[in-house]
Amino acid sequence: MVDIVFIEHDGAEQKVEARSGSTVMLAAVTNGVPGIDADCGGSCSCATCHVFVHEDWIEKVGEMNPTEEAMLSLNPDRKTNSRLSCQIPVSEELNGLIVTTPEFQF
Amino acid sequence: MSEVSALEHKQSKWSMVGKDAYAMPLEDIDLSHPGIWQANEYLPFLERLRKEDPIHFCKESAVGSYWSVMKYNDIIEVDTNPDIYSSEPSIGIVDTFYDLNLPSFIAMDRPKHDDQRRIVQPVVAPANLKNLEVLIRERVCKILASLPIKEEFDWVQLVSIELTTQMLATLFDFPFEDRYKLTYWSDMTTAISGGGVEQSREERLAAIEECLAYFTRLWNERVNAKPGFDLVSMLAHGKATRNMPPDEFLGNLILLIVGGNDTTRNSISGGVVALNENPTEYDKLRNDVSLIPNMVSEIIRWQTPLAYMRRTVIQDTELGGKKIKAGDKVIMWYVSGNRDEEVIERPNDFWIDRPNARHHLSFGFGIHRCMGNRLAEMQLRVLWEEIMQRFQFVEIVGEPQRVYSSFIKGYTRLPVVLHPKD
Repeated sequence: MVDIVFIEHDGAEQKVEARSGSTVMLAAVTNGVPGIDADCGGSCSCATCHVFVHEDWIEKVGEMNPTEEAMLSLNPDRKTNSRLSCQIPVSEELNGLIVTTPEFQF
Repeated sequence: MSEVSALEHKQSKWSMVGKDAYAMPLEDIDLSHPGIWQANEYLPFLERLRKEDPIHFCKESAVGSYWSVMKYNDIIEVDTNPDIYSSEPSIGIVDTFYDLNLPSFIAMDRPKHDDQRRIVQPVVAPANLKNLEVLIRERVCKILASLPIKEEFDWVQLVSIELTTQMLATLFDFPFEDRYKLTYWSDMTTAISGGGVEQSREERLAAIEECLAYFTRLWNERVNAKPGFDLVSMLAHGKATRNMPPDEFLGNLILLIVGGNDTTRNSISGGVVALNENPTEYDKLRNDVSLIPNMVSEIIRWQTPLAYMRRTVIQDTELGGKKIKAGDKVIMWYVSGNRDEEVIERPNDFWIDRPNARHHLSFGFGIHRCMGNRLAEMQLRVLWEEIMQRFQFVEIVGEPQRVYSSFIKGYTRLPVVLHPKD
């Protein structure tokens, strides 16, 4: 199992265990992490699973594909470390990953 | 639309009202004609196509030939491939849906769509909505307090239209006494044959000119005043928007007006219909008003206030085994995807504590996904919170009258009687 730490916009922290091969979005939703809506269920088409990736982990979570870039680029709260959590696959390499959830999903 | 012309349409050779969905040849099914939508007879047609021909070609109809995409996952595929399925020239089944050459990004492709949407998106951002919620709640309370008690009235007129109009006025900080103009302009811009309102092109152009003049005046007032939380002030003071050319300003304003008008109006009415048809769900709500946010998503799924969005194929493609040619019209029937038994459990049931109620198609998916989704949810939530404070039962006492349109799925009349809480 892989540990993922979610920090809410107000600082509240929650560590969850995720299975390799799952996604960061599914890890949040199945563990009741607040602040992730994931309206489209993981098809990279609603941008309601937006997270900010901690700077130490940005390289390890990998590159965005053009669809994710297209969805995120419409979000006014987007920052350089923004990602859609449904597009981050969980792997052993990400053990200890830290992401922050935004105050609002669009 | 007048009674006479509505009747003519009903008797049109294209109407399928009164026909058995399962008794006709598949290829004769035509969902574009408004008849079955107004008559509330559309569900068996959707069900049959989902089962027997989920990517269906209608060769001939009053609006020409078109493909119907019926199932949830196929709809997502179309909605998320904008480079194959274009939003230009129109998102309505008729090419002239928006024929007044106003640039509005709902009917644009990338990159222009993205550039323009980015400009307007922040005005309906959740952070800004927080500032508006107090005022919206005040106005909701005032309307609910003014309603007749224990006597019949039309919920559509006194609540759905009035609230939507007032909310639009609130969002734009629009002069309150002139607020009905917003609804009028919205109706004029969206009017399609059979869309519920009929008027000449001249009349529509005059309305749009009036709209531009009015908003230009508001813009000029606000650009010189302190920044406020209303949409006009935000556009006038926004770095990316303050130099917007007039046609873009108007196109985007109208999109915001239209986007928030019929959709919210008909979801307000739809919730009352759904709860009356499902008394055990109404009881659930009475016992636990914390279900309201989830119920709001379920209302939006169940009602599906816009039945479809149209795309046009710009390169030959294949969908569900069918070959679709460049130039073909493709209709994503959100209203059918939202009843897809393979994706949604007991899809015809209205179920206010439905798990995953947010997983519905009513806002669309992909880059054109409804921008006002959070605003819509907030408006409905505030309304139902306040209704439940005051009324034990919003009782429907006559047959709901439905809009004559295959696009706008809603109500023109909903007779109710209010029963206050003891």
